[in-house]
Amino acid sequence: MDEALLRSLTPSVLGILVRRGADFAAAEDAVQDALVEAVRVWPADPPRDPKGWLVTVAWRRFLDATRADAARRRREDLVDEEPAPGPAPAVDDTLQLYFLCAHPSLTPSSAVALTLRAVGGLTTRQIAQAYLVPEATMAQRISRAKRTVSGVRFDQPGDVATVLRVLYLVFNEGYSGDVDLAAEAIRLTRQLAAAIDHPEVAGLLALMLLHHARRATRTAPDGSLVPLAEQDRGRWDTASIAEGVEILQAALARDRLGEFQAQAAIAALHADAPTAEETDWVQIVEWYDELVRLTDSPVVRLNRAVAVGEADGPRAGLAALAALDDSLPRHAAVAAYLHERDGDLATAARLYAEAARKAPNLAERDHLTRQAARLNARRCR
Amino acid sequence: MAKYLLLKHYRGAPAAVNDVPMDQWTPEEISAHVQYMNDFAARLEGTGEFVDAQALAPEGRWVRYDGEGRPPVTDGPFAETKDLIAGWMVIDVDSYERAVELAGELSAAPGAGGKPIHEWLEVRPFLTAPPTITE
Repeated sequence: MDEALLRSLTPSVLGILVRRGADFAAAEDAVQDALVEAVRVWPADPPRDPKGWLVTVAWRRFLDATRADAARRRREDLVDEEPAPGPAPAVDDTLQLYFLCAHPSLTPSSAVALTLRAVGGLTTRQIAQAYLVPEATMAQRISRAKRTVSGVRFDQPGDVATVLRVLYLVFNEGYSGDVDLAAEAIRLTRQLAAAIDHPEVAGLLALMLLHHARRATRTAPDGSLVPLAEQDRGRWDTASIAEGVEILQAALARDRLGEFQAQAAIAALHADAPTAEETDWVQIVEWYDELVRLTDSPVVRLNRAVAVGEADGPRAGLAALAALDDSLPRHAAVAAYLHERDGDLATAARLYAEAARKAPNLAERDHLTRQAARLNARRCR
Repeated sequence: MAKYLLLKHYRGAPAAVNDVPMDQWTPEEISAHVQYMNDFAARLEGTGEFVDAQALAPEGRWVRYDGEGRPPVTDGPFAETKDLIAGWMVIDVDSYERAVELAGELSAAPGAGGKPIHEWLEVRPFLTAPPTITE
């Protein structure tokens, strides 16, 4: 059975139910029920019109639930207005669903969970496993999120930027579980790009594709991190890179630059270099200057210092770094790298060890500890 | 989205404000305390922030490898061990500020005289999975 097809139909089926008058929370539950039913029934008995099948089953589930509810509350006025089953309307509410699930009234973790369920068609259990929390906790997070947006009008336009932030979080901060969240983020961003013509949506999709292309080479078989310069470029996914670059170029040509396009441009320059030594660091610094202009983010300035160190030498990188607050995450790691390039191995080793103590994740901590150990061993010889 | 450990100590934490050992509370005060902890966990489940809660027995043993083919060596318990973990709660929250807010509420659990214990809890972030985009 084609699970990807099934899940890709989720938002438009949900949109149809809402447009028929179902409230969002109940419609979302009904669509989940229909998806579960499809997984059970389709392998033996595939429908000719999968979307029509889902709409019919979901609508029936919605009516059943509403009837049960209405019977409980002795209120049966809504259920009699069953529309005739027929072809799904041409209007597609996928975009509206993205806006709703990323509504600014939601916390980031709620928006992520709701997007993965209502737009992505994942089950609560799958989402709970992906984020390493109990299923009951995730169920509550999702139902609270649905309550939070219950008063939001479905047809009001939303802000693309909030949707992009949610998709970026799904891509960037996933754990590893049964569900490949990075691949799911790409699927959802691709679907969004089909629903709305916007250069930053294209920019984010390009950014994801360019990073995803390097994924297999980012970690060694033992799980340790492999820095960009040491990655086996022959194993980068060239099809994914080509697609990312093409999408990015079309977006840039429209001359409405945004932060995701600029980040994607930097990723593209890395992807484009046949060897680490041939990286066009001068152009990368220029893109970081654009990013600083667009975001004024200290983290971007920190990354820029690394690029400056490559383009103009470690002294220039250290000078750029000196202007930044040393409490920034990864500041010590960047300082360690630049000092090593500058030949000051004692300072570099000390800073690598300091960076390891502050590392926010295990793989990075182990990597930085290894860097410190490597320099200490060399100095002792 | 980040996970934090709220760590409760038998020993090793700075003294609480309402620092009366539990065996000197009234039975009702103990019940009220237990109820508060259960309600707190249930409320966090309701907000979608609860991950895990566990309590540990105060007495444990030290164990170490003693070489090929030999049984592990055990020792202790050592009454003088300074730091003794009593239990923990794991939460999954949107920010560090939220973790601190929740730890503050947990520390307000009632103790002797029905008054908050003002117990010191240790808040420790989990090391996460590495992000996809770093450079």
